[in-house]
Amino acid sequence: MTATLNTETDSTTQSAAGEMESKPQELHLRSETAAPELARERGAVLRGVSERDAALDLNDYDIELGDETMIINMGPQHPSTHGVLRVMMELRGEQVLRTKPVIGYLHTGMEKTAETLTFNQGGTNVTRMDYLSPFCNELTFSLAVEKLLAVEIPERATWIRMLMAELNRMASHLLFQATNGMDLGAVGMMIYGWREREELLTFFEKVTGLRMNHNYIRPGGVAVDLPDGWQQDVLDICDLVEPRLDQYDTLLTGQPIYRDRTMGVGVITAEEAIALSATGPILRGTGVAWDLRKDQPYLFYDQVEFDVIVGTQGDAFDRYAIRLNEIRESARIVRQIVDLMPPGDYRSQNKKITPPPRSRIDESMEALIHHFKLMTEGFRVPAGEVYVATESPRGELGCYLVSDGGAKPYRMHWRGPSFVNLQSMPTMMQGAMIADAIAVISSVDPVLGEVDR
Amino acid sequence: MMALLAQVTDAGDPLFEKGVKLFSTVMLIVLIKAVLAFVILLVAVLLMVWFERKVISDMQDRIGPNRAGPWGLLQTLADGTKLFFKETLFPERADKAVFRLAPYLSAVPAFLTFAVIPVGGVVHWFGHTWNLQLADPPIGVLFSLAISSIAVYGIMLAGWSSGSKYPLIGSVRATAQMVSYEAAMGLAVATVVLKSSSLRTGTIVAQQVGTAHIGRLSLGWISGWNIIALGFVPAIIFAIAGTAELNRPPFDLVEAESELVGGFHTEYASARFAFFYLAEFMNTITMSALIITLFLGGPLGPDTGIWGLGRLSPVWFLAKLLVLLFCYVWIRGTLPRFRYDQLMDLGWKKLIPAALFWLLVIATIRLGGSTGDKLLHFAVAIPVVAIGVWVLVTAMRRGRERTDAKNAAMAAKTLTTGRPGRF
Repeated sequence: MTATLNTETDSTTQSAAGEMESKPQELHLRSETAAPELARERGAVLRGVSERDAALDLNDYDIELGDETMIINMGPQHPSTHGVLRVMMELRGEQVLRTKPVIGYLHTGMEKTAETLTFNQGGTNVTRMDYLSPFCNELTFSLAVEKLLAVEIPERATWIRMLMAELNRMASHLLFQATNGMDLGAVGMMIYGWREREELLTFFEKVTGLRMNHNYIRPGGVAVDLPDGWQQDVLDICDLVEPRLDQYDTLLTGQPIYRDRTMGVGVITAEEAIALSATGPILRGTGVAWDLRKDQPYLFYDQVEFDVIVGTQGDAFDRYAIRLNEIRESARIVRQIVDLMPPGDYRSQNKKITPPPRSRIDESMEALIHHFKLMTEGFRVPAGEVYVATESPRGELGCYLVSDGGAKPYRMHWRGPSFVNLQSMPTMMQGAMIADAIAVISSVDPVLGEVDR
Repeated sequence: MMALLAQVTDAGDPLFEKGVKLFSTVMLIVLIKAVLAFVILLVAVLLMVWFERKVISDMQDRIGPNRAGPWGLLQTLADGTKLFFKETLFPERADKAVFRLAPYLSAVPAFLTFAVIPVGGVVHWFGHTWNLQLADPPIGVLFSLAISSIAVYGIMLAGWSSGSKYPLIGSVRATAQMVSYEAAMGLAVATVVLKSSSLRTGTIVAQQVGTAHIGRLSLGWISGWNIIALGFVPAIIFAIAGTAELNRPPFDLVEAESELVGGFHTEYASARFAFFYLAEFMNTITMSALIITLFLGGPLGPDTGIWGLGRLSPVWFLAKLLVLLFCYVWIRGTLPRFRYDQLMDLGWKKLIPAALFWLLVIATIRLGGSTGDKLLHFAVAIPVVAIGVWVLVTAMRRGRERTDAKNAAMAAKTLTTGRPGRF
């Protein structure tokens, strides 16, 4: 009898272990989870830097909870997990005990795909990763390719890139305002955020012909010059958006319910954020003024005036306020760019990477052949490897590019800020309630296209 | 005019004064009233859904429903028809009997509460004198409270019987939320009952006739309203608690779409879902009607002079109802949602003490007034009110100081080098 019981126990343990093996990404019962894993799910940073970690006793996790807890699955089809993020949580009543983000539902193998596309075609691929800030993806990719090529980009092209990147930052943060408001129950914000973003998308469409996935910033410059009257368009957008932000202040920032819902929720300290490699608003929310635009200036960010917004508490409200004020800062940068924009070429005149203009193709056989070669074979990039990072709306967006001297990347890897920021989520959810979990997911503002790539 | 009012103050419906016989005009009138109330309520829900969607979409720069019927008026009808023809699904782990029962437990009480709401005064139609009110039982207010408690079961059992996790969380929230807010609501109602010395809704309305005037301008129709006569506090508490009872934003934790997907009705589809939806909007209407009856003078208003209704007129009732319903929609379009623990804090730590305190104040004043003992009146009532005012003022000052400190801290912390934080 005893033997039978033992066998049964063994078989259940085995099947549990087997299940664990087959679904290593998911959250499992406490009895089936190893202590370090359990600690991570509880929010430990495990780098020995955090006071919270030091206070954590791994033995504490063996507390007898019996069947008082419930493992709940939030996503991948859930109204507030921003696409296909799946968060598994262990709940005791309303309280969240453990959290585990499960990712991969949108994996399309973009990094692998890049190896089959020429450097010229690469833009169409990478622009689809963080679909809320496509210009930033294109920019980072182009900068990486240009660094390998060691070509000079005309000044005007660089200013245009900066303009588009900043407008994109505004669009992305406006979308955050929309989704954040909706996640916390202020459904009106959903529409207001989209409404303002719409103005920006209309401008993007006017410039690039597309509302998303533009492939506008390309190695060597940008696809086309800005349309006539762009200055007025851009200034109109700034004039429109800035007063609307004050309306957001009235609707959310000063709203007591909103403050109660976000202040002190999803707190993360500077040490923890750094240990978890969090960047962007999450890191700045803790008071660390880390902004690549200031700290490792690229493009002409050292020639414009803007402030890095930081918080002090590292809570959801700080992250909200930072994003709100970053829209204002971006508008400030955009206004300066309108004044500073020089005349000149919008793309490099280096014939190695830039195809001849359309008019030359009609009159010169060489130009036609050259154009054809560039479009089919692409241009060759000297062998080497390079890492280029820019400040995307979500944090440090890095592109690691290896070339073997051919026309296609040998290897491409991205440091997606959404992906890296996601791992700080269990830490932020320590001691949270279900409603806080939503606020935290919202304040991380992940784009799953970039997380899964 | 005064005769009319005197009739309202009379106990009960004058229709039954001469007794009730089967197969009589009286019975017919009662039947017609019941059917009318049912139909009007159903149509009102259709219009309310349309109204809410239109107003919300206006606030959000959208057009809203505009396909079915003129201005999209028939949209709700179309949606409802669609829902009734859809397949009914049962989750695998559902407790089928309870799962079937729950929508009715939710929808039926929604209809019942409206029975005790006076929508107009006394009319002399069809050779009989009767109230524009389905029923005026001596326990009208208690009845409405009891019915709203039954409605909790519908939501609670729906979540529990679904055999699914999100609805379960929703139903646990519903139970806690509705039970705790019922207490504050009851205390607010108690002040009204203290003043009117009656649980009969008709009497409560009749008690709210005022006589005040400024010069020749008569304010009679407004000064007697309980919202003023009882010093605003009970009315505000009742309105807040009532919103929580309805599970409407900002208290919609029970169905919190962004957290619990659909809350208690996540697993419901087709007609059963329609019942919940119907109940929710019907409850909104009934709760507004109840607020009007208890605090806003019911159908009292300036003389309309139509249909012999005098100062008691469905027109005023409807006008007040529309204002309140607009407020509900407005709140929904503006406020974020509370968190579970904040909701409990608000209910237990703020609303219930405030309601209790105000009940004591009103009781003291009533005691002084009824015994005629001026000394007692002044000796007890004035210190109590003074302490109350002091507590209120101190609390407000503290709150302001804390907000100022918070704002200062917030301004200091947004270190936008040289640029002040904008909070």
